[in-house]
Amino acid sequence: MVDLPEKKVGIISCSGEACVEGTISRVATRLVLEKLRPEETVTICLPLFLAGGKEERAFAKYYPTITVDGCDKLCAKTATERYSGKPASSIVITDLTRNPGCSRSGRRKLDSGALGWAEKAAERIAKEVDGVLDHWR
Amino acid sequence: MKTTMQNKVIVIPCSGIGKALGSVSREATYEVVESLRKGVTETTCLALITSGDEETLQLVKTNKCITVDGCPLQCAEKNVKLAGGELAASFRVVDTLKENRNLKPKSVTFLDHDGQELASLLAKQVAEKVDELLKK
Repeated sequence: MVDLPEKKVGIISCSGEACVEGTISRVATRLVLEKLRPEETVTICLPLFLAGGKEERAFAKYYPTITVDGCDKLCAKTATERYSGKPASSIVITDLTRNPGCSRSGRRKLDSGALGWAEKAAERIAKEVDGVLDHWR
Repeated sequence: MKTTMQNKVIVIPCSGIGKALGSVSREATYEVVESLRKGVTETTCLALITSGDEETLQLVKTNKCITVDGCPLQCAEKNVKLAGGELAASFRVVDTLKENRNLKPKSVTFLDHDGQELASLLAKQVAEKVDELLKK
């Protein structure tokens, strides 16, 4: 999951099991990893920070990260700042969807509308990745 | 998000995003809370526990919790314990996988057939444990 020697950006998604925006954040993150920027990005399981994932903490401390949160509780951003360092960029799904609050419908399987938001969020994350790498180089 | 409910079992999956087993843990959890034991169970975001959200900490301290972890690192179990939650049982996808070696889940973003099957088998085990806990 984590490849320390290369120049990569870590995408840290909130887990967001309780709401549809959390699922959008995970799916958007996976779309970036698998399709949009597979060579430039890695992901980190957020709770590994607290569970003692040394490799994850070290990566996020020395490499740039982008946090992707489903709601304004900002779990991914907060935990990354607490255990590793300030993320290079932070994205909140509810800022994109203009649909604040946790809806429980669709959290298990995104409907076509929610999947569309995940794709838009993935494009936004990919742009942030490009910006971070440009700045880094 | 309701956080003052009583007498519900809180099922908490690991938030594994890098491997298929994390996705299986989430799907098994949804199968329990939305279908098999709807109404007597609920889930919450593991990240809310990790980041120390007060309402969520209260939720896991005042209700019995079952964790469902994808891999042996057991992030869900460790985080619930660290938060002082009432951990009543814990499951690991890898254990169910060992019992069903014919299944080989690969897809992460959207589970494939084997991933769905594994999640379904695990969900039944979790549902039985929910029944046990509610009888006590």
